[in-house]
Amino acid sequence: MGERLLLRGNEVIAEAAIRAGCQCYFAYPITPQAELLQHMAVNMPRLGRTFVQAESELAAINMVYGAASAGVRTMTSSSSPGISLKQEGISYLAGSSLPAVIVNIVRGGPGLGDIAPSQCDYFQATKGGGHGDYHMIVLGPSTVPEAGQLTMLAFELADRYCTPVMLLADGMLGQMMEPVELPKPIEIGSLPKKEWATDGAKGRDPNIVLSFDLDPEVLKQMNLILQKRYRQIEAKEVRYEETATGDADIAIVAYGTVARIAKTVVKMARAEGIKLGLFRPITLWPFPSQALRKLSEKIAMVLTVEMSAGQMWEDVRLAIAEQAETPFYGEMGGVIPTPQRILSEVKKHAG
Amino acid sequence: MDNSVVIAGFGGQGVILAGKILAQAGMNHGLEVTWLPSYGPEMRGGTANCTVVLSNDPVGSPIVDSPTGLIALNLPSLDKFEPTVAANGVIIMNSSLIQRRTKRKDVRSFSPALNDLARKAGSEKATNMIALGAYIKVTGIIPLSTVQTAMTQMLKKEGKDKFIPLNKKALQEGYNALHE
Repeated sequence: MGERLLLRGNEVIAEAAIRAGCQCYFAYPITPQAELLQHMAVNMPRLGRTFVQAESELAAINMVYGAASAGVRTMTSSSSPGISLKQEGISYLAGSSLPAVIVNIVRGGPGLGDIAPSQCDYFQATKGGGHGDYHMIVLGPSTVPEAGQLTMLAFELADRYCTPVMLLADGMLGQMMEPVELPKPIEIGSLPKKEWATDGAKGRDPNIVLSFDLDPEVLKQMNLILQKRYRQIEAKEVRYEETATGDADIAIVAYGTVARIAKTVVKMARAEGIKLGLFRPITLWPFPSQALRKLSEKIAMVLTVEMSAGQMWEDVRLAIAEQAETPFYGEMGGVIPTPQRILSEVKKHAG
Repeated sequence: MDNSVVIAGFGGQGVILAGKILAQAGMNHGLEVTWLPSYGPEMRGGTANCTVVLSNDPVGSPIVDSPTGLIALNLPSLDKFEPTVAANGVIIMNSSLIQRRTKRKDVRSFSPALNDLARKAGSEKATNMIALGAYIKVTGIIPLSTVQTAMTQMLKKEGKDKFIPLNKKALQEGYNALHE
């Protein structure tokens, strides 16, 4: 067991990225993810790695494209409006099959919004905010330690599937502190060589990284390769957690920050004799549809709770169809649903 | 144990640091903790606050409807959070800046003159540590020495070593100022 440290979510994501072997980090500052960039600014140069505060979000994501093409582990981070600016670059990363990690510490929107926590970027993250038929793997940490673990995993999955991976957290998780044992650093030298990387063609044929072909038949083949990869990811990488669902009469579906608040609600409800369980998607894409469908076969009431107008709720209803009742409770604009508010929603639908 | 405290005051009164020190002390004491700051527009001019949850079990929600404790360093903070405190909870209100009494009959409330005590300890800047010392005295959740060690750790981490002796004294004076 490592040392327990009291750290902010933003700091833990940054430190985990370093320990995952992130060699190049590019970003433009924005609240509420500033501490992430600060941690990288202090520590990346100290380790002889690359930190660039780019002149814009567009520049940052395209620097990520360059570093990823050269075969190194690379990351950028931002918050909602900044992530919108990166969408073109994310689509290019996906189209070019480049591994990269993108962190979104979501804040209230749309537009300039505010700087309070929100989950209003779920659609953008899971349904492809950029253009084209692509997906990225989206991971939704619920605690500060998990933010560290999932950052490590994000780099691993990005490399394994040659795809951009997004860590989707929110301002609360970014700003709050919690005890954490930092993940063990990987050996950068032990990572498999990326044979496709454009890292100098001396003594070999040149490699080409691109997301372009004017011949529709060729572009179709490129798309089919992506789709095949997405089916593999859907088959192998679904992650979720169930809490107290064994005997539950009603279940909450929630991810990230809301899921941890819901864990408190499970205790409160059970103290009052309401058999409440919690289903927490960890991968938001691929969404754990089959597991949720299975759960809805034994629990007739499945309440989705989000800090959005009901974005994940769409995936919940697609998974469950008519199998169970699927009510929704959401807050918007940076308002956080408190345990009491969620409990009163549970009571509306319980028995 | 399930202890949750809101520490609130003007920006600059040190409520964020007081909360961090309490969270660090809780962790050092073997508890599960969360520390959640207000980081929005409230930070500018109005009330700054943070919420610390200390528990034997992993902490679910870091936001709390009804905290078991409130440390109010100014009147706007008392006005805002007083109604939320759980029954049988603790309110520490800074009588140096708050002239009224608590409206709650179902809580234990204490009204030390935190700024005056801090001045006596060496500097008004240590008002937050007087408050924290007082809070751990009346709640008994963590030993004073553990909090003093956590303060030392935290200030060293932030490069503020020179303020350690003052803050250590202020924690002690706050602790001595109240009786359980």
